[in-house]
This record gives sequence, C-alpha cells and structure tokens, in this order.
Amino acid sequence: MKLNSIKIPHLKKSASLRTVDIKLPEKVIIAMSQHGGVPCKPLVSVGDEVKTGQLIGDTDAVMSAPIHSSVTGKVTGVTTVLNVFGNVHEALVIETVPNQVLSDEIAPPVINSRQDFIAAVRKSGSVGLGGAGFPTHIKFSYDPGSVKIDTLIINGAECEPYITSDHRAMLEESEKIIDGAKQIKKYLDIDRAVIAIESNKPDAIEKLSGLAAGETGISVVSLPPAYPQGAEKVIIHSVTGRVVKKGELPSSVGCIVLNCSTAAFISDYLRTGIPLIKRRITVDGNVVNKPKNLIVPIGTRACDIITAADVRTAPDRAIVGGPMMGITFYDEEMPTTKTTNSLLLFAETKKPHHTACIRCGRCVRACSMGLMPTELERAFELKDVERLKKLDVDLCMNCGACSYVCPAKRNLSEKNQLAKMYIREQASLKR
Amino acid sequence: MSQLLIEPSPHIRCTLTTQKVMLNVLIALLPAVIAGTWLFGLRALVLVVLCATFCVLSEWLFNKITKRKQTISDLSAVVTGVLLGLNLPPSLPIYMAAIGCFAAIVVVKQFFGGIGQNFANPAITARIVLMLSFGRYMTTWSAPIVGSLTSPDAVSSATPLAAPDVMPSYLDMFLGIRAGCIGETCIAALLLGGLYLIVRGLIDPVTPVAFIGTVALCALVGGHDVPMQLMSGGLVLGAFFMATDYSTTPLTRRGKLIFGVGCGLITSAIRFFGVYPEGVSFSILIMNIITPLIDRYVRPQPFGAKVKKTPRKNREAVQ
Ligand code: SF4
Ligand code: SF4
Repeated sequence: MKLNSIKIPHLKKSASLRTVDIKLPEKVIIAMSQHGGVPCKPLVSVGDEVKTGQLIGDTDAVMSAPIHSSVTGKVTGVTTVLNVFGNVHEALVIETVPNQVLSDEIAPPVINSRQDFIAAVRKSGSVGLGGAGFPTHIKFSYDPGSVKIDTLIINGAECEPYITSDHRAMLEESEKIIDGAKQIKKYLDIDRAVIAIESNKPDAIEKLSGLAAGETGISVVSLPPAYPQGAEKVIIHSVTGRVVKKGELPSSVGCIVLNCSTAAFISDYLRTGIPLIKRRITVDGNVVNKPKNLIVPIGTRACDIITAADVRTAPDRAIVGGPMMGITFYDEEMPTTKTTNSLLLFAETKKPHHTACIRCGRCVRACSMGLMPTELERAFELKDVERLKKLDVDLCMNCGACSYVCPAKRNLSEKNQLAKMYIREQASLKR
Repeated sequence: MSQLLIEPSPHIRCTLTTQKVMLNVLIALLPAVIAGTWLFGLRALVLVVLCATFCVLSEWLFNKITKRKQTISDLSAVVTGVLLGLNLPPSLPIYMAAIGCFAAIVVVKQFFGGIGQNFANPAITARIVLMLSFGRYMTTWSAPIVGSLTSPDAVSSATPLAAPDVMPSYLDMFLGIRAGCIGETCIAALLLGGLYLIVRGLIDPVTPVAFIGTVALCALVGGHDVPMQLMSGGLVLGAFFMATDYSTTPLTRRGKLIFGVGCGLITSAIRFFGVYPEGVSFSILIMNIITPLIDRYVRPQPFGAKVKKTPRKNREAVQ
C-alpha cells in the first residue's frame, strides 16, 4: 500500500547557512506550558534572581515536562500568553543581565538503569522539538514487559517548506544525533535505530550515513520528499511498512519516533546536564532579506527575532511553524517555546479566491490518512456527527494537504479541526 | 508594526483554481470545436458560441434575480454551453438551443445550488430534454460539408448507428466525416483534447478507459463491428468529457471505474437491445443518478481503520 501524498515546493533557502546565535534578548517570556500537556506551576516569584538552566516551573502531573530559565536575570513579572494550541497560560517575564551564568544545579545525570534514564530525560525538560511537543520521557515510559519496541525512528524528514532547523541540526550536530540514538537504544534496549531523512537533504544523508556506518544497529534511510512524510504515522509506514491502528500509539507497532533535534539534545544533556533552554529556529518568508537559522533562548519574543531577521518591510502575516501546519499570530510580544521550529514572515498576502467545491477529488487523492475531506466538510456543514465519525474525522492530523491542493480553495483541514471540536462539545453536552 | 493577519493553516496554496480547471477543459474542447466548424461549417461554430453565451447569460440572470453572488467568472457555464453545443445537430434551430441552455443552467445546475452541487450533468440532461421535446430536429443530422476521403461520391447523411447499411470507412469515422452532432464525430480531435486533460492531471483516465473498454467488450461479445461501435454516436465525447465531469461522477478511482463500466454496460444495452439508436447520454444520466450511492459506499481505505459501510439504521436493527 502506498499512502497518498502531495508535492509542494521546498523553498528551503536557509539550508546551506551556518546557524548563528541570536543576541541576548533584553527579556524573555517563559510560558508555563510549552506543549500540549499539563501546565507547570512557577517555582520562582517576582523579584527572584534566576540563573541559566535553573528549574523555574514543574508539576507532579505525568503528562508534562519541567521548565528551566533560559537566561540569567531577574523575574520582573507574571503575565499570560496565548499558546499555539489556543490556550491561555501563565508566563514568567525575566529581564536579562549581561553576565550570563549557569545554575549550580546543573550536573550531568548519573544513570545506572532504564529508570534513571527516563527520570533524567524528564528532568531535562525534553519535549519533541519537531513541533508537536510531546514530552519525551512519556514516549520512553512504556512497560518493557508488555510492549516490545524494536525500532527507534529518528525523524529527519522535515517535510514542511522553508524550515531547515532539523536539516542544520543534522549537519551541525551529526555526532550528537548518532550518540543520542545510541544512548536511547542502549538504555531502552531497542534493536535498531533508523534515521529517516527526505532525499532533498543529500548532504545530511551522506554525513549521517558515514557516521552510522561505524555503529551497529543504526542506519540511515532516504525517503522520497512527499508531504507529509514527517508525520508520525506516515514516517512509521514509510520506514517499516507498519500501520498504526486508529487510536493507537506508535508503540503498538513496536516503534518510537523521535525528532532528530530531540535526539541531539538528549545526547547533549547526558553529557552536560544542561536542560532544554534554547533551540534552533528557522527565520524565513518573503520579507526576510537573509533567511537563516538562529539559536534562541526559549522565551525569546517574536519581535526580537524579527529584528534579528533583517526584514524588508513590515510583515502582514507571521507564522510560527511551517506554512502547512504552522499557526498565525498577531502579537509580536509572543514568546517562542520549546516547540517553535520556525518563524515565517510574509507581506503582500493574496487572499485565495474561494468557490464552491467542484468535486474534483483532489483532496481525496491528497489525504495520506485515506479520508474524504470534501465529504467531511459537507458532513460538518450539516452538523452530522454520525457521518463525521463514520468518515473517521478523528484520523485527520491537520496536515493541510487537502486544503493545499483544492482548486476551490476550501479550508478543508480547518473544517476537520472544527468538526473534531464540535464532536467533543456534543459528547460533553450529552454527559 | 502593521496589523498581522490571522488565518487557518495551510498558509500556502497550489496555483490551480476552479477557473483554471474550467479554462483547461475549454482548451481541451477547442480541437472538437475547430473540427466541428471544419466539418459542418460556420453555422456549427455560431451554434456552439451562442450556446456558451446563452449559458453564461442564464447563470448571470439567475444569480441576479435570486440575489446570489455572481459565479460566472468560474467559467463553468461556458464549459456547459460549449459541451451542449457540441452535443447538438448542426442544423438545430437557435431557439431550441436556447431552451436547452436554459434547462442546463437554471433547472439542472442552479436549482440544485450551482457549481459542484448538481447531481446530473447539465449538458447531458439538456440534450435529453431537447431530444424528448424536439425529437425530429434533434435526430436530423445534416451531412458534413467535407466530402469523404475514402469514397468521394458517397453521401453520408445518416449516422451509421441509425442506418447501418451506409457505413463510412474507418478513416472517415476517425476524422469525423459522417453525419452527427457538431462535436461528436471527429474522434481525432476528441482524443487530442482528452489526452490533454489526462496529461494535465485534470481527469482520471480510468473513466474513459472503463467506459469505452466496456462498450468494446460488449460489441465484441455481441459480434458487432467493434471499431465502428467505438467511433460512432457520442461515445468518445461522452466518455472523455461528460463521464469525467467532476460534480456528477464519483470522487474515488474505484468509484470512477464502477461509473465507467456502468456507463459502458448501459450504453451497450441501449445500443444493441433498445429502441433508441444511441445510449451514451442516457447511460451517463443514469450513472449520474446513482453516483451519490457509489460515493457513499466506495470509500478509500482510512489509515489503520475499517471502512464503515453499514448504514447506521441497519446496524442498529441487526444488534
Ligand atoms: S479538492 Fe476542493 S474542489 Fe476538489 S473535491 Fe476536494 S474540496 Fe472539492
Ligand atoms: S488535513 Fe486531514 S483530511 Fe486533510 S489531507 Fe491532512 S489528514 Fe487528510
């Protein structure tokens, strides 16, 4: 079985440029929720001095990851931010001081067992750096007695246009990616690790293949550039041919999928003990003069990145994430989070001309999940919950492929998200 | 800083638009229009152009009167008009063509909600309406003004389906030198246009292949002259341009296969057993009607899930 996919322009203009560090921002805003899980509680209050890497937010909840200060400075306020999932969360405002020092808490973790390893990964604050932001330690906390994982997939597909942060990571931190894969394999006792890369990144494939050749159980596969190749279920299928059943996790087919930048971070953390406080992000878009990758402290505001990006004119559209799945934001004070892999700035946006669906079937042929987006849209307009469920709307991963190819420019993927929300609302009303 | 725009993802779209799709269909129909003009003279061209004009006017007026957003810029009315024109005998009185256009656009398309919403192909339905109302005019085909290439003395006045004893040669058939509707006779032009749509990825070849293939098979089994069956009537025009209409045919490839085979079977049944000499229009209309059914039951395989085919009510009854 071959999954549907679409061809989209790659536009990866920053792929060949070395990543640079952003100038230390005057202040950062660190949200107490950096991912889809449970938000953290702040452990410091206004007026406290914090050091780089210091734990500043945590919770007892499982589905979460602790938060550390990305800078040295002083907590000057508590504010609220709207995160990419549309929720409002508490956030700490930290004003930086010129002299940046590492917190004394920082020490490489001591690991003697699988449990130690998972605890260390949790302590590192690691979440999936590819955009979804699933806490990494949760992926690792399966019960080895009942679940057998045989394949660790290191996701280097990076199928969204413009974004090159993973690509640069694969080139600049190749050794760390290999080491990260090795460590995870070792502690979790996984047979093989496969680094999966879209073939439009031949330099990364070559470099990592060279390094992997010296290791046992680590290999590199080249995948055709076909959007959405990097989606979890799709990449598992591309690499192993296995199909994750609806409603199940990758572990049900013996796989764990980890973003390549996450693997590099884990290697780094095991060596240094420095938690997840900075990340690589791509800055691009038609108003950006020199598209590039920046290393930014978590919590850097969009306006600081826009300043660093050297823009031609003021953008009329700003996107966190890629152009296919990213989210537009309106507030330039919006801080980056652990999951921000890209900031795209556009001007002179042309509004697409919508017509009624002409039933061309392109959306159906585009959907890698085998859905019928046009039928789903119709069912949603009729608010037909039964039919929406029958058409498996919950399989939709909002990849946007259907909307992309639609000649009528229907907002199909958006409708699916609204439909899922509507079904949840209806279900909670019944209860 | 300026105002930042908020919009749902994805933030980039492909360049294909509804209008471009329709424009491409018009480009694909151009060879047939040119061939029709060559074969049947300027009046044929005038008829096709008038049909397109009437259709656009009907849609414009309908939208105006019902206070709807104007939709004529999507060019779908032009496509319907040209298709209907190509489906008419060259000598049809203009007012009858105008009635056909009105039926196609207002009754078949706009009453059902406009582009993409109609269940029956407007051009096909209009042709059938005209056939039932003005049967004599709709079946009076004037001979082409171009003489036969193979037997220059023969007068090809009847279509080969209606009068099988005056058969034109295969070459004449392929080039369209026979009596018939303006756009249906020149197989060469139709294939050229159909191929263009396939190459541009605008139609799935499975429909015309299944349709024409089924008719070929039936003709073979029934002992008929296969090439003649394939090249006569409106089969090629219907298979490439009407059985592939987006709105009125199934969404999925398997659905299109069923649709094509169904059309082929019905066409053959009408041709070989029915009272009408030509079954292409009826077959497409009948398959149009069952298209919603096909779309309900022929679904792509959802990833990691079962296709749920049983209608809810039945399932409850079973439980
Ligand atoms: S791609 Fe757009 S126009 Fe085509 S069937 Fe899907 S929704 Fe309709
Ligand atoms: S957004 Fe959903 S429906 Fe559309 S192509 Fe992606 S998975 Fe399929």
